[in-house]
Amino acid sequence: MLREAPATTRIPALLKSNEKEILQDWLKEQTGSASFRADLLKEKDLREESHTFLGALQTATQGNSIDDVAGEGWSGVKDFLSDLSRSRAQAGFTPSETATFVFSLKQPLFSMLRREMKGDAEGLVKEMLGTSVLLDKLGLFTTEAYQATREDVISRQKDELLELSTPVVELWDDVLAVPLVGTLDSARTQIVMETLLEKIVSTGASIAIIDITGVPTVDTLVAQHLLKTVAATRLMGADCIISGIRPQIAQTIVHLGVNLGEVITKATLADAFRVALQRTGWRIEKKDGERG
Amino acid sequence: MIPRGAAQRPVAGGVKLPSRTPEDIVRIRQLLREQAKAIGFSLVDQTKIVTAASELARNTMVYGGGGEVEIQFLSEGMRKGLRLTFIDQGPGIADVELAMKDGFTTGGGLGLGLGGAKRLCNEFSIDSRPGSGTRVTIARWK
Amino acid sequence: MERIPILKMGPFLLVTIQVDMHDQLALTLQDDLTAKISKERSRGVLIDISALDVVDSFIGRMIANISAMARVLDAQTVVVGMQPSVAITLVELGLPLEGVHTALNVEKGMALLHRRLDEVRA
Repeated sequence: MLREAPATTRIPALLKSNEKEILQDWLKEQTGSASFRADLLKEKDLREESHTFLGALQTATQGNSIDDVAGEGWSGVKDFLSDLSRSRAQAGFTPSETATFVFSLKQPLFSMLRREMKGDAEGLVKEMLGTSVLLDKLGLFTTEAYQATREDVISRQKDELLELSTPVVELWDDVLAVPLVGTLDSARTQIVMETLLEKIVSTGASIAIIDITGVPTVDTLVAQHLLKTVAATRLMGADCIISGIRPQIAQTIVHLGVNLGEVITKATLADAFRVALQRTGWRIEKKDGERG
Repeated sequence: MIPRGAAQRPVAGGVKLPSRTPEDIVRIRQLLREQAKAIGFSLVDQTKIVTAASELARNTMVYGGGGEVEIQFLSEGMRKGLRLTFIDQGPGIADVELAMKDGFTTGGGLGLGLGGAKRLCNEFSIDSRPGSGTRVTIARWK
Repeated sequence: MERIPILKMGPFLLVTIQVDMHDQLALTLQDDLTAKISKERSRGVLIDISALDVVDSFIGRMIANISAMARVLDAQTVVVGMQPSVAITLVELGLPLEGVHTALNVEKGMALLHRRLDEVRA
């Protein structure tokens, strides 16, 4: 699979013949740098990673142009860097600390090129420039991969936070309450629906009160999300009451022409609770005989 | 929603299944459910893509005179997903825009379920012309 | 030929859908149900879909049809046991399932049917 085609640069050949020395120099650069995290990375592991990367780099530069890293031939190198970034990101390295892995290879490679190409000034400049640009591209790629991992972590944490901040409360036999606090976007709505419906199954509740006192704005989208939640709850055989409708929200709903249909709406959670109790057959009496 | 970064590279070739009979639809659902589960889709997301596939497979069978579906595993960095392409050589759809409108009542609308299927997926595209068959592609990412 | 069994539970009929429905099975079910509602003079039909992890527009239409036909024969239909992920998907799909009553399980479904019958009688 490895075409021994004439490479356009001397890098692959030099990498092959000077492998041990480059690896030594590179490791020295990395561990000697101010940003080296001895607390997060063992030298043995770094040596292994560096060795693997040099191998992948040698293969890639052998059969492919070093000017364009988008091609299929560079996927090996890029996959390795993706994995490296991911594990570094998860271990707590900063983006710079992670990209240093690639950038710190420049000096050792330049030193090698200067040694090997002593008499060829023009060729040396060309190789050094090509190498520099290549490592810049790979370094940037490493940073992007790092970003992607961090975003993934953040998104997962966001989901967990979302779940925690959307508690479904068992208010009474048969009655659940979902106090919503914060904006109701589609991600939140999904979590609310899933949590609420699971709770309906596990408690057998027949009424769910969705309190939107803590929802700052209600526009057409939010109204749609609410209606979706109501519809899904109905399919599970339960009814919804929406409470916490402030006067401004009532106006917005009418202006937007949102059709709440048969959904019961109440101004306060207390009012909604009273209705829920009534519908589930409960009556509250004050101890000295007065009806509540 | 177009994924950023590196171009999509399906890791494995696609799986092709026929979509001609009701038994085919059942088989497509089962295989898709397994694949979605294997990728790690949440239960709701599994249900969404299997339901969308069921709708489109049914269309292919009922309106397209039978066809096939190709299921591809998508992988882009750490994101994983599934893409399905339904193809038939049927009469094609004259008014795609109208077909995308909802209409499930026995009577109104074409009842093609396209609008619904679109809502259940992250990506949706349709290519259909009278006389040249129909091709619908959907994708869902984890 | 495969048939979906229909159980008689007092004044009501119970249908449990457990397999992946295909067209012929659905049509047979509708025929069998209308026949049985008439014969037993049933006042209610319970459709248990707790085993279904996918409900597409085909099943949705079947349920709506059954509900409409039952109503003509003076019987109410209640769909029970919908799974949460199915409910969420159905809402997104846009399947209105209007006029179809739902309950969490068979027990609640029967209670609902009884309540509605009492209302009618009163």
